[in-house]
Amino acid sequence: MTADFQSALHPAGPQSDQIALVWWILLAVSTAVMVGVPGMLAAAIRRRRVSNGQSSERRLARAVGLAVGITSVVLAGLFAASLAVGKRINSYRDPNGLKIAVTGNQWWWEVRYRTTSPNEGFTTANEIHLPVGRGAHIELRSNDVIHSFWVPNLHGKMDAIPGRVNTVWLKADRPGEFRGQCAEFCGLQHAHMALWVVVEPPDAFEHWRRGQIEPSHEPAPGSDEERGREAFLSLPCGLCHAVRGTAAFGQVAPDLTHLATRRAVAAGALPNTRGHLGGWIVDSQRIKPGNRMPPMAVPAASLPVLLTYLESLK
Amino acid sequence: MSPPGAALDSQADAAALRAAWSNRRGFYGWITEVDHKSIGKRYIVTAFVFLLLAGIEALLMRLQLSRPENGFLDPDLYNQVFTMHGTTMMFLFATPVMEGFGLYFVPLMVGTRNVAFPRLAAFSYWMYLFGGIFLYAGFVTNTGADAGWFAYVPLSGPEFSPGKRVDFWAQMITFTEISALSTAVDLIVTILRMRAPGMSLSRMPLYVWAMLVQSFMIVFAMPAVMLASSMLLADRTVGTHFFNPGETADPLLWQHLFWFFGHPEVYIIFIPALGMISSIIETFARRPVFGYPAMTLSLIATAFMGFGLWAHHMFTTGLPPATEAFFTAASIMIAIPSGVQVFCWLATLWSGDICWSTALRFVLAFFALFVAGGLTGVMIASVPFDTQAHDTFFIVAHFHYVLIGGAVFPLLGAVYYWFPKFTGRLLSERLGRLNFWVTFVGFNLTFFPMHYLGLKGMPRRVYTYTPEMGWGALNLLATCGAAILAMGGLLFLGNVFWSMTSRRTAGNNPWAAATLEWAADSPPEPYSFQELPAVSSREPMWSEAHDLAHVTGLAEDRRQTLVTSTVSARPQHRYSLPGPTLWPLLAALAVSSAFVGSVFRPIWVIYGAILTFFALLGWFWPKDYWE
Ligand code: HEC
Ligand SMILES: [Cu+2]
Repeated sequence: MTADFQSALHPAGPQSDQIALVWWILLAVSTAVMVGVPGMLAAAIRRRRVSNGQSSERRLARAVGLAVGITSVVLAGLFAASLAVGKRINSYRDPNGLKIAVTGNQWWWEVRYRTTSPNEGFTTANEIHLPVGRGAHIELRSNDVIHSFWVPNLHGKMDAIPGRVNTVWLKADRPGEFRGQCAEFCGLQHAHMALWVVVEPPDAFEHWRRGQIEPSHEPAPGSDEERGREAFLSLPCGLCHAVRGTAAFGQVAPDLTHLATRRAVAAGALPNTRGHLGGWIVDSQRIKPGNRMPPMAVPAASLPVLLTYLESLK
Repeated sequence: MSPPGAALDSQADAAALRAAWSNRRGFYGWITEVDHKSIGKRYIVTAFVFLLLAGIEALLMRLQLSRPENGFLDPDLYNQVFTMHGTTMMFLFATPVMEGFGLYFVPLMVGTRNVAFPRLAAFSYWMYLFGGIFLYAGFVTNTGADAGWFAYVPLSGPEFSPGKRVDFWAQMITFTEISALSTAVDLIVTILRMRAPGMSLSRMPLYVWAMLVQSFMIVFAMPAVMLASSMLLADRTVGTHFFNPGETADPLLWQHLFWFFGHPEVYIIFIPALGMISSIIETFARRPVFGYPAMTLSLIATAFMGFGLWAHHMFTTGLPPATEAFFTAASIMIAIPSGVQVFCWLATLWSGDICWSTALRFVLAFFALFVAGGLTGVMIASVPFDTQAHDTFFIVAHFHYVLIGGAVFPLLGAVYYWFPKFTGRLLSERLGRLNFWVTFVGFNLTFFPMHYLGLKGMPRRVYTYTPEMGWGALNLLATCGAAILAMGGLLFLGNVFWSMTSRRTAGNNPWAAATLEWAADSPPEPYSFQELPAVSSREPMWSEAHDLAHVTGLAEDRRQTLVTSTVSARPQHRYSLPGPTLWPLLAALAVSSAFVGSVFRPIWVIYGAILTFFALLGWFWPKDYWE
């Protein structure tokens, strides 16, 4: 019925797995209580005998004491279990882990892969790739309001708070595409602030990573793509967006260098197809009212080549 | 047998008392009223009007979410609607309705004739009313708050919420908190100093205990949020930087201040409901609630612990692990006093002689609903699990189970239970049963699926979602549930209107209950008791109903009542209470002018303070009713 690519009940990594374990324990205990208490209630109201007098009160006191005792022991047990799991999750580290800086913006995610060598790092948006089995250390920041980074299949959420850096480790045990979504109300388009986490085998990840490091695709002279690039550069796009290898190096909007490799546009609002891209550029305010990309007056003649160019940004 | 002249004497007494305690009729009488019963009723009726508004807002949201990519509400309106819904429910319905019941019943239950500070009670009502009107005036002029009911900075700050919307919200907080604080102080003094002779602390009805504990919680919790909202307002209107991360302020300060109030707030709503449950169970199980000392200690323990949980709303902000462990432990522990109370009530029902009524039905539903909400509460006290559940529909489900199941169901039960005292008429039991079942089914259909939606990744406060997420079916189910729940609400209103016009009168003690409010007439005379009662047990109407002792020697030509000692309620002196006056209204208007004006021009803080000074001067001007 519901999909399982954004679900706390379908763990794909060690941390979410541990959390799911906590959940099943809590659910089992709760189910017992949910049967027990209404059961006792039913018994109490079905019972037609009125009891009073000292001895009956004493019996009741013993029963209440016992029930409170059992409750306390169960609660203490749950506390211990929760603490143990919390500790295990927090102590997860991977010395070989990737370093990724994720920054929340109203209403999209900037993703920077950081390395020690400057020419190996790169920036993308709304999409994270991870190799199976290797940890990633995520640094969370925000450029405006509080957001919350949440990929339920992999881990619980962690807030991105302006002026602070929060960190969290992600690790996936199986390949798959998982969706995450901003979980802290962040204004008008809070509903459309998603990102995809693509978990792939190490060689596929390496291939992707190599591709992302490259500057943007260079169009053949005289092609539609080249005319599209001219259109792109003559419009204000480059004030906000960057396309590495061109004169567009805006920093306040998603990096478009490898736009065509991404699954979705506008933080999960639309699938990444030519039609949707065109719709987005012409009238993004109808699709995602209030988003920070103003309506663009793209000349009708340039739109097709502009789209061809954007689609070539592999 | 009383001597022959006694009946005549008693009629003359009643006439004198009525002359001393009643107020002019008409509009002027209405705005100068200081009788706790009138003010309590006003509070309750106003709160139910706000409940209706918040309910309509809830239905709008449910309609918008009933299918993916619905275009019924745009995001701007949706954000206003959910903010107004939460704000209204918490600040304009739940807290005030509990205050209203407290104002009405605490003096009756402790056997006195008014609250300790009747003018303060009137002032508190006006502040509440004006705050609510102010917020809704904003909403209908497209200035509805839209940053959520906890208005996290920096989203609610001047940079990301320009315009006046959040100002209206922040100022409404100050209005309602002043009102709540006034009532709390009033009830504390009434409870501690005006109980019937003989009603020592250990003979106080559990409902009165609950209101005492709740009032103390208000006194400690509300200043934090008033401070926070005033700091936010200062950031927004006069350019301070309390919460501006650009000036190295930490946005988490807001969260700490807000939740230091916000978590106790849940108990401020919930503890009075516990008192109502005790009253109703005691009456319909025909025996005193089992374990009185354990019950009162649990109330007090809940209140103390309630102040040590606030950071469990912040488990995803990156708190240090030791802090998290502390707040987890505290949040889990608070289940113990709740457990004690549940078990004591079960023991009461077990050993009692149950007679069915709609009031009892609503209270018994509490056992299922509140236990469910409490269990999800224990779940999300666990940090690892909370990092998944936090800010999702799982949380939405959790707190509706706690607040509706834990407080609104008992509250509806309390309306069924005390309606005859308010009006002299009984609500229809037949309609009541229907009302109950429709509400119960509607509630569960609406909120139960939300647990699952949250685990399946649906964050709260989203105005829409795409079809691929697969959340459509359960959301549609929840929307249908909400429609049924709304029908339950209509049945309730129908029952109230139908019964108000019915001819059948209820009598003073229709349920044969044990506490003193049932010794008064239904509805009570303005002076409540012709002779102030004196008690010698916890259940005076059961053990002493036929010859309830009473106090003599109070003046009948003025509003006089008795002050007793704090612990053992020994009579200490007579106390004359002020009569009708316009000053509370004028003072409330003056304070409101400062609050409303300063949203537009900061200088109004000063103008309003001057006006308030004159209003207070009039208020405290020596008058002749002091002995
Ligand atoms: C004023 C700054 C600004 C300008 C100018 C601008 N954009 Fe954007 N654009 C944005 C922002 C901000 C977003 C992210 C919106 C969101 O998801 O909320 C965005 C998103 C996009 C996306 C989706 C990216 C993704 O990965 O989700 C595309 C494609 C895009 N813009 C193309 C263009 C083109 C083409 C132009 C020029 C015609 C342009 N933009 C001009 C600010 C701008
Ligand atoms: Cu966000």
